[in-house]
Amino acid sequence: MAIDKPYKKVPGTTIFDADMASLGFHLNQFCMSLMKAPNREKFKQNEQAYLDQWPMSDEQKAAVLARDYNKMISLGGNIYFLAKIFSSDGISFQAAASTMTGMTQAEYAQMMLSGGRAPDSSNTLKKDN
Amino acid sequence: MAKINAGIATSHVPAIGAAIDNGLTENEYWKPLFDGYEFAKTWMKAQKPDVILLVYNDHATAFDLNLVPTFAIATGAEFKPADEGWGPRPVPNVMGYPKLAAHIAQSVIQDDFDLTVVNTLDVDHGLTVPLSLMFGQPEQWPCRVIPIAVNVVLYPTPSGQRCYNLGKALRKAVESFDEDLNVQIWGTGGMSHQLQGPRAGLINKEFDNAFLDKIVSEPAALAKTPHLEYINLAGSEGIELIMWLIMRGALNDQVDVKKRFYHVPASNTAVGHLVLENK
Ligand SMILES: [Fe+2]
Repeated sequence: MAIDKPYKKVPGTTIFDADMASLGFHLNQFCMSLMKAPNREKFKQNEQAYLDQWPMSDEQKAAVLARDYNKMISLGGNIYFLAKIFSSDGISFQAAASTMTGMTQAEYAQMMLSGGRAPDSSNTLKKDN
Repeated sequence: MAKINAGIATSHVPAIGAAIDNGLTENEYWKPLFDGYEFAKTWMKAQKPDVILLVYNDHATAFDLNLVPTFAIATGAEFKPADEGWGPRPVPNVMGYPKLAAHIAQSVIQDDFDLTVVNTLDVDHGLTVPLSLMFGQPEQWPCRVIPIAVNVVLYPTPSGQRCYNLGKALRKAVESFDEDLNVQIWGTGGMSHQLQGPRAGLINKEFDNAFLDKIVSEPAALAKTPHLEYINLAGSEGIELIMWLIMRGALNDQVDVKKRFYHVPASNTAVGHLVLENK
């Protein structure tokens, strides 16, 4: 019997479970390689060539090149691993998060200053779900 | 006899560490947050703990996808601050306590909690930011620290109930150690936050404040909160709050709240903080 995964229904949210981790294994391990300064240098010099050393799908590589974080997450990337990419780019967690929301960085920063995104019926599951 | 006398809960947002390291704690954005930790810093100087059991999570730093322990205890003598992609934080190395850590491992594993034993562990912001918040910027940390790492990155994480029960087993382990030691337990991470996807930026003040109430007054009931409720209401990264239950499980059923603090935002995150003493 398949395991029930009710967390799949939470709006605007991808939960990094073992299935996603399997899909994104090489993508995430590529990200880990960026924790070493010499690897960050090599990646910056030629991103495509660096990515080609990893057995990732073309779709995953394209998402990295485009810095499309929602796409990377849908292909098995986890945000704490993907953080190594935007850290290498010198981009803050908040700036990177904003790119996934369809808001500008300034709009997102203002939302956070005003208390963050409030939970409502459009972004949370109802109790009986 | 060693004894756990107090518990600390605090968020461990990396941007807080960056603010400390870059001397920004007095600016308009950060000052209200750091003011909330002044009590704990003064209190800590009077408490003088010998050892801290520091419950935190690794954020794809020491543990990559090759190995994801659900619970791990670090038995090494010294731990370096990790390079998380922008160079290590300029903070002292963390000194462990191998003898006590080995004793705890032996005790809780025989008590049915199968901790992974780690010797070499570079510690990331999850562990070093709480130390900075409580102790400021000393040359050396004033006490020993035993890192206890919990997986909250790869779903499923351990349940709240499992965490709460582990806290109880940790307490039993500490109390069966022969040296006279003043031990604290810290639970870190949270509160509500989501760092990913179109829903990034979620903050739930109602959830967080209810959590701050219940972890003091009805922790056993709080421990039954299912994963889905954290994810749905406190954000995908809000699940870190289960680590507070390990801290709480290691304290008495009745505790005195010496400090409670809540602040939004630190970067993407709601910050919560408690100082609890055993009654
Ligand atoms: Fe964290």
